[in-house]
Amino acid sequence: MTFNNPVHQRQWQAFRANRRGYWSLWIFAVIFVLCMGAEFIANEKPLLVNYQGNLYVPVLQSYPETTFGGMFETETNYRDPFVRELIEEDGWIIWPLIRFSYSTINYDLTVPSPAPPSAENWLGTDDQGRDVLARIIYGFRTSVLFGLILAFASSVIGIAVGAIQGYFGGWIDLAGQRFLEIWSSMPILYLIIIISSFVTPNFWWLLLIMLLFSWMALVDLVRAEFLRCRNMDYVRAAKALGVPTPTIMWRHMLPNAMVATLTFVPFILNGAIIMLTTLDFIGFGLPPGSPSMGELLGQGKANLHAPWLGISAFVSLAFLLSLLIFIGEAVRDAFDPRKYLQ
Amino acid sequence: MSRLQIENLSVRFGTGEPVVNQVSLTLQPGRMLALVGESGSGKSVTAHSILRLLPPQAHVSADSMTFEGRNLLTQTEQQLRGLRGGRIGMIFQEPLSALNPLHTVEKQISESIAVHQGLSRSATRQRVLALLEKVRLPRPESLLGRYPHQLSGGQRQRVMIAMALANDPTVLIADEPTTALDVTVQAGILDLIKQLQQDMGLAVLLITHDLGLVSRYAEDIAVMHQGCIVEQGLTIQVMQAPAADYTRHLLAAEPGGSPPVADPNRPVHLRTKDLRVWFRQGPKTLFGRKSWFRAVDGVDSLVRRGETLGVVGESGSGKSTLAMAILRLIESRGDIELDGTRLDPLNRRAMTPWRSRMQVVFQDPWGTLNPRMTVGQIIGEGLQVHRPDLNATERAEQVATMLEEVGLPATWQHRYPHEFSGGQRQRVAIARALILRPELLILDEPTSALDRSVQHQVLELLRDLQARHGLSYIFISHDLKLVRAISHQLVVMRDGKALEQGPTEAIFRDPQHDYTRTLIDAAFSTRVHALG
Repeated sequence: MTFNNPVHQRQWQAFRANRRGYWSLWIFAVIFVLCMGAEFIANEKPLLVNYQGNLYVPVLQSYPETTFGGMFETETNYRDPFVRELIEEDGWIIWPLIRFSYSTINYDLTVPSPAPPSAENWLGTDDQGRDVLARIIYGFRTSVLFGLILAFASSVIGIAVGAIQGYFGGWIDLAGQRFLEIWSSMPILYLIIIISSFVTPNFWWLLLIMLLFSWMALVDLVRAEFLRCRNMDYVRAAKALGVPTPTIMWRHMLPNAMVATLTFVPFILNGAIIMLTTLDFIGFGLPPGSPSMGELLGQGKANLHAPWLGISAFVSLAFLLSLLIFIGEAVRDAFDPRKYLQ
Repeated sequence: MSRLQIENLSVRFGTGEPVVNQVSLTLQPGRMLALVGESGSGKSVTAHSILRLLPPQAHVSADSMTFEGRNLLTQTEQQLRGLRGGRIGMIFQEPLSALNPLHTVEKQISESIAVHQGLSRSATRQRVLALLEKVRLPRPESLLGRYPHQLSGGQRQRVMIAMALANDPTVLIADEPTTALDVTVQAGILDLIKQLQQDMGLAVLLITHDLGLVSRYAEDIAVMHQGCIVEQGLTIQVMQAPAADYTRHLLAAEPGGSPPVADPNRPVHLRTKDLRVWFRQGPKTLFGRKSWFRAVDGVDSLVRRGETLGVVGESGSGKSTLAMAILRLIESRGDIELDGTRLDPLNRRAMTPWRSRMQVVFQDPWGTLNPRMTVGQIIGEGLQVHRPDLNATERAEQVATMLEEVGLPATWQHRYPHEFSGGQRQRVAIARALILRPELLILDEPTSALDRSVQHQVLELLRDLQARHGLSYIFISHDLKLVRAISHQLVVMRDGKALEQGPTEAIFRDPQHDYTRTLIDAAFSTRVHALG
């Protein structure tokens, strides 16, 4: 898989020709990179503190309040006006763009929470006084990371299973297909609800449980591709050369299956994000207090008098999913053989 | 008076060069005009443009195109539909894809009768039966309810002809009607078309790449090259005294010559004894008797060093399966002995060192190279397996030498297969097989998908390599002319059995078996129907 390959080049050009998908990819990439550094954008700790000529980086390191002339040995609470005054007497503070982390509760609200958007809380606060924008940024990161890891892991498993079934055929294929039929008829949502009643689901638990069921999406595609390819003359020629089976599968057959896989990945990613949001919405997802889109939607539903909750969550979720769909469409069109095999 | 007259027809796709350039043709009643050319010469496009069957991006222009006094260029789509399958019948190359797999024979044929004639149901059935009889299908009643997949290739093509004849056409366009068929079947179909042409006074346009067929069947010939007609005239005259260089080139490309001389006392290289490949077929019942399809059924064969063993037979005779079995790519019973060592008991791992000593070249030049790898990677793959001691530079050097040996520039190793023509791809496939310096090369129809002139070059290359390196070949083909031109020994296969074997010339001179005689007749007979 080199980029010099003319087939890949033509696919990349076809992808770029789809302006909407191409820009969606860029926007998604920028937002993704920004969200990876969420701590530097939305945080209750300053980015940089200059105190008595020394530089401190509170966002990366924790300093006891005594460092800045306070009285407690515990970590400094930079939101405390007293501490801020102490520091600013003999130095300066650089704050992130948003001075709240996802769990920061704004105790200085002049209205009861959920508070409407203001100069301080740009998208308002939720019913516990936490900044909505900060929670969206962190929630976005969790959703996308969850989706990416799940899509990657389920692709790896799905491709491996599909490849083995398709290449060897016969009994292995038959047994695999029957197992898939049984396994895919399990009601995944109920299973997750049942499982989360006896383990406390955290990020990795949810990932594992969902992985148990999501790897099947690609198996049929890859299997069909391998079934088709194993009778190609170039595969037979490789066998006649004595090329080992794993190499044949990897070098001669997998690239063909990758087309189907890559086309599906954005949609798998989408499905994973929706699934996580659903679970959070009904309250069986990430542990309480974690920032997430679904939890915010849930709050929006519970607080209809505070429309900024529901609207913010809806808009950001719809934006993310639309971006992924646009990218997915562009990838699908770029891999359409009628477009690049002329 | 001419039935169909075309003057200065040009066809171009989009804004590219014209694929058909100023072509003029005339079809006369009761005569067959053969339009001959290699693939890509524009002969099919010419035929399809007559009935406006080309895709919409094709631009067709002509000075005139008249059919029985009517100008085809000014006909509306509706009027043309009346001509298609009505006054002008058409037969396509691949009968399996030209027939609707979900319709019975009766429905296929009666459809166009219903469209054009509007007969009653019983009259239509009578007409269908008469047509099936006309195309000499035995017991037509039993065929009415059959589906295309239940017919043989020859029967399908006859049904196609019946469909084309359903509405008493006056012009029949046959686009490579026998290319997908076996030689013996081929002769039957063309005899039939010839007979119909004479009986019904049809004007036939036969599109083909096979000059042997032309000289046997067509009164007139037009030779096409790169979209232009380079020569046109009576077949006999053109064949005997070709005026154009290209025609001479085509005629010279008919396979000829003989294999390099081989010493009959050379040691035995490969021997198979009672080789069998049976596939289980039919529904599996727990205690029922298994039924077997005997693809290869007890074949004894022998290849001496530096010799070529030709394997001929029609499709389904088990030639390719035999090759796969010798290469140990499918399971088989019976002995396979290479240089006196039994290969059949070896397992996968033990087989690996032997793989470098026998290699294979397949038929389809498009499927045989992985489109995602460069030619250098494709050819070098065998070295990676069998010569792990070589580094990348040494591998590239060997690939370069090999490319030059098969007549391709060494600098082409960074190119991808899609940049190559069919003949060049086959050369790459030969290079891939030869880079391990095998002593035995199995060639499974290596030139069947190529044009005659390219075929000729590949054949020359194979002969040259054999003379230089003393290679042994197993040459599998359905084309007896080709096999005769390269093999020392011959095996004639039918239904998985070796009917006849021996020295090639002896078999051609004095075939022992009726079937062999039929094959040879079909390939070499020079019956000329030409009316002059």
